[in-house]
Formats: sequence, structure tokens, C-alpha cells
Amino acid sequence: MSNIETGIGKMTPATTRRKRLSQNQVAWIGLIVLLVLLPTSATPFHLDIASQIFIAGIGALALMVLTGIAGQISLGHSGLMAAGAFTTGILYKEAGAGIWITLPASVVAGAVIGLIFGLPSLRLRGIYLAMSTLALHFLVIYLGGEYEFASGASTGIFLDPPVVFGFEIYDGYAWYYVLLALVAGTYWGCRNLLNSKTGRAWEALHANETAAEALGVQVANYKLLAFVITSGIASFSGALFAYYQNFVSVEAFTLFLSIQYIAMIIIGGMGSLPGALLGAVFVTLVPYFVEWLMEAVPYIGLDITTVSSASYAAFGLLMILFLVFEPSGLTGIWKRLVGQFASPSKREDTP
Amino acid sequence: MQILANIVVLTSLYALVACGYVLVYKVSRVLNLAHGELMILGAYLLVATSAGIASDPLAAIALTAMFSIVVGLSVYLLLMRKMTGQPVLAAVLTTVALGILLRGAMVLIWGPQQLNVGAMISFDNASIALTDSVRVSTAALWLVVCTFLVYLGLLAFLHMSRWGMRMRASGQNALLAAQRGINLHTVYALAWTLSTFSGSLAGVLVTLDSRIDVNMAVIGLKAFPAALVGGLDSLPGALIGAGVIAALEVLLIHYVNPLLSDVVPFLVLIAILIVRPWGLYGTKEELNRV
Repeated sequence: MSNIETGIGKMTPATTRRKRLSQNQVAWIGLIVLLVLLPTSATPFHLDIASQIFIAGIGALALMVLTGIAGQISLGHSGLMAAGAFTTGILYKEAGAGIWITLPASVVAGAVIGLIFGLPSLRLRGIYLAMSTLALHFLVIYLGGEYEFASGASTGIFLDPPVVFGFEIYDGYAWYYVLLALVAGTYWGCRNLLNSKTGRAWEALHANETAAEALGVQVANYKLLAFVITSGIASFSGALFAYYQNFVSVEAFTLFLSIQYIAMIIIGGMGSLPGALLGAVFVTLVPYFVEWLMEAVPYIGLDITTVSSASYAAFGLLMILFLVFEPSGLTGIWKRLVGQFASPSKREDTP
Repeated sequence: MQILANIVVLTSLYALVACGYVLVYKVSRVLNLAHGELMILGAYLLVATSAGIASDPLAAIALTAMFSIVVGLSVYLLLMRKMTGQPVLAAVLTTVALGILLRGAMVLIWGPQQLNVGAMISFDNASIALTDSVRVSTAALWLVVCTFLVYLGLLAFLHMSRWGMRMRASGQNALLAAQRGINLHTVYALAWTLSTFSGSLAGVLVTLDSRIDVNMAVIGLKAFPAALVGGLDSLPGALIGAGVIAALEVLLIHYVNPLLSDVVPFLVLIAILIVRPWGLYGTKEELNRV
């Protein structure tokens, strides 16, 4: 916390544009240092929440690139995560494969399924595309269920902790740093992708497909590329989820999971990569917050179903509130706050 | 023969649910993904009325119908009205959010356990023998009759009444319709009301036939392919689409694999989206607008 405060403290009203940029970097470095040092004062419970946020963050980044940047709506995100989790689970169970085989295989499986998910997008737009991804979600879940049924593992597949360079990742600290590195890597990769020709092509076809085509953007190719890349990432996060839980089951990959990811990018702010991470933090914390709230209020019969249905309702309400009143999400609120704090200082500068 | 009866009953269910999707989509180009939840809400409203207000089955059902109209109207006035003119996707996501909200709220209010609505309003769901080998339950018979009446009424309303014509006009071109003095908000509110009413009716009848459980909202999702196969803006299409989906589902479950039940409608959905995305009877040019 102190790192960020020093970063902000240095900001004087007379900052030039160049200086402010470097302070932005100071804030980033501060955030990274903070995240690296955080586990020193964290309980296993906090580490668990943080790890969940990191996994959700990787998935949310993928959906943000697909929907927020390239403008292709998908209701099949949880199906893709299921594909990754099941690829990992099946390879581990049937062949005893290690993490160096299962993770790349999951990414490839996700990319292939992403290609299939993406094919309808060449012909369909908007809600029709959403429907085709929804249908594919049910198909993937059905295939996963069939596998569980056929292999006799009707409750799910158990996984042992992954071994990396002879080091077994099983305690909260190890998971925290591994997932932190992975989410930072994904963020960095996505950011570079967006600053490249590919990212600009995606933004162009999001804004206007016909105009993008006229400007020489290969719309079909870039659409498919968006599906392939983001599905690979989503599948990767599904595989990580499987390893983190030590368990794979179709039960975990419901339609509600897809909706949660959509909630992340809406709440975070469409089209913003930091927004995806903010949304992941927010959405992951909602059930804990609801539980805390319900414990604080004297309430009779506090059980799992009550808490889970209360967080369902809270999700719905939050999504509605953001969609109706704050469509640009948390990043929109943040920008407005910064604008409000910055504008008086600018006014002092000008005379 | 029993299989044929099963197909007819399932067709009626899907058709009654699908016409709610079609009504809202035809008029306002919004896909209501909360329709399944609104349908089950109708059934829970019956639970509430029978427990609190009326114990007579007919009175309870009539009151539930009135409440469902209030629900449909308030969904539009309090929520969807704000999304009018917004990007279609935002409106669709709002209905998704509404669905989640309703689902959570229903479990909070009525609990996660299954309820036997039939017993609550002392409805006797006796099995009726149509022929020697074909039997259907009373509720299923009612479902078939109601679906028939609802479709008849809706088609007559849309094509013969002044307000029906206004609804069709708004669906064809909202801007021109508004230009001609049609109040779009009233028309949209009417569409949502009718949609919620027919959905609630389906919810009440299907839960009278079995039990009520919040997870039955998935019927709403399974009926969606029926609407899309027929063409999202065509009522007769929805009826035929429901027939196609129901027949395939019953036959595949019976002859191939019961596990296919949840996935068949979506397989048909993918097939139709690849071959003919605007459906059997839908308007082709609509696709460019969404």
C-alpha cells in the first residue's frame, strides 16, 4: 500500500505530460511490488481468494479481447474452460501426462474448439452468434458428461498437484506466485497484441465490419484469429482451474460461469484490459461480500444455498445496475474520478 | 402411438414457451433470455396465490394470470424501457442479468426444494386414457388445449386488431411506426406483457404436470431453438419449430440415448444456424440488422 501512496504523493499539480507518464509507471511498479509482498501477511484463505482472482483474471482477459476489443459476443466461455479442464483431466487420467504436455494440449484443444466456435461468426452477428456459442457450450458440456459417464468417473476426475522442474505446486504460496506470474504474462501478451497490427484490425472490425473490409482488413481471418487466440487462453485458464481444484467435473462449468465472465467484462468496463482484471477481482469477491453481509445481518438459516442464491441475485442486480447506469464499468468510474480530481488542478495551471 | 402423444405434448410446451420469445423479438428485436425464469416465476406465483389468497384452483390460476401480466408490464416499465434504443447486445445482456436476479430471488423466497403445486391447489392430475394404449395426464391435455388457444388468439390479435397491426408495424420498422404516431413504449410494453403471460401459463401447466423447481427454467432455453428454427419473428414458424425439436428430442431419447435430451435442441440450433440462420419462416433481411 505504501508504494502506491508514495506514487500518488509525488504527483504535484504542475506535472507535465511526460512526468505523469513516468508516475503511471511508478504506480504499476508499486502495484507489482505490493502484489509480490502481499502473501507475507496473508492467511491461506486470502491466498485462495487471490488465486481464484488470478485464474478468473486470465479468463476475463481472454473474453475482454474477444468481446470488448474484437466485438464478438460469446456465451460459451465456460464451455471453452471446460474443454481445457477436460483435456488436462483426460490426458492425466488416461496417459498420466505431466503439466508440460497437458497445458499445451489444453491450449491447442481450446484453439481448435475456438476455431469451431468462430466459424458461425463469419455468417452470424450479434445475438445469433451468441446463440451459436451457447449451443456449442452445451455440446462441450454434453461431451464432457459423456466422457465422465463412459469412463466410470461419474463424479469427476481427480488430479494430482502439478510438478514443475521437480517442484510440486500444492501450497497456497506456490500457487499464488505461479498464477500471479501467469496472469501478468497474459496481461502483457494481450496488451502487446492489442498494440500490434492484429489488435488494430480487431478494433477496426469491431467498429464497422464493412469499413474495415474496405480498408483492407481480412475480416474473416481476423475474426477467426480472435476466436482461436482467446479460446486458447480461456482453455488454458480452465486447465489451471482444474489443477488448482485438483478436480475436473462438468458440474463446475455451468452457463452461470459464462455469465459471470460476461459480468466481469461489463463491470470492469468494455474494451479495457485493466478493466477485465478489475472485473475479475470484483466478481470473485461478490459471493464473499454477500456472505459477509449476511453474517453481519441477524439472519436465520444461513446455509450454502441461501448464500449462493443471494449472490446469484446480487450478480443479476449488479449487472443490471452497471448496464443501465454505468455502461463503461469500473474503468469509466475511475476515469471520471481521476478527471474530477485532475480538472481543478488544471484550472489552477491555466491562469 | 404413445410416442406420438408425447411428441404432441412436448411440442405444445415448446411452442407455448417459444411464442414468448417470438413476440418480444418480432416487435422490439430484443431477445429475452430471462424468459425461462419468467416462466418459472409464473409457477411460483401460483404457489404464492394458492398459499395466501385463493385455495380454489380456478381462482388461483386466474389470479396468477393477473399477477403475471403485472410482472410482464413491470419488467418492461422498470427495466427494459431504459434499454430501448440501446445497442441490442446491451438489451440482451440485461435480460441475462434479469434471469440471474430472478433465479436467485426465487430460491431465496421459495427455497431450493421441489414443491408440488398440484397438491397445493388440489389439482387432480389424473392420467386420461385417450385410447387403450395411449395415456396423457390432465395437465398435459390442458397444455395442448391452452397452446392451441393461445396461438389462435395471438394470430387473430396480431392480424385482425388495431393494436396487433401496430405491433407488427413497430417490428417491421420502429422509426416509421413512431413517425406514424404509434407509441412504441406502449407497443413494447404490450409485447412484454403478452410474452410473460404466455410464458407463465406454460410454467404453471408444466409444473402442474410434474413439480416446481427453479432449475426448470432450462425449459426456456430449450424452447429457444424452437423459436429460432421456425424463424425468430414468425409465430407459425415457432409452432413448426417446436414440432421439429420435440419430435427429434422424443425420438432420439427413445431410440438412441436418454442423455441426449439436454443437447438435442442445441444440435438442431447449430444446424439451422449454419444452413439457414433466419429460420424456416423468418425474414431474411433481419440478419443484417442485428
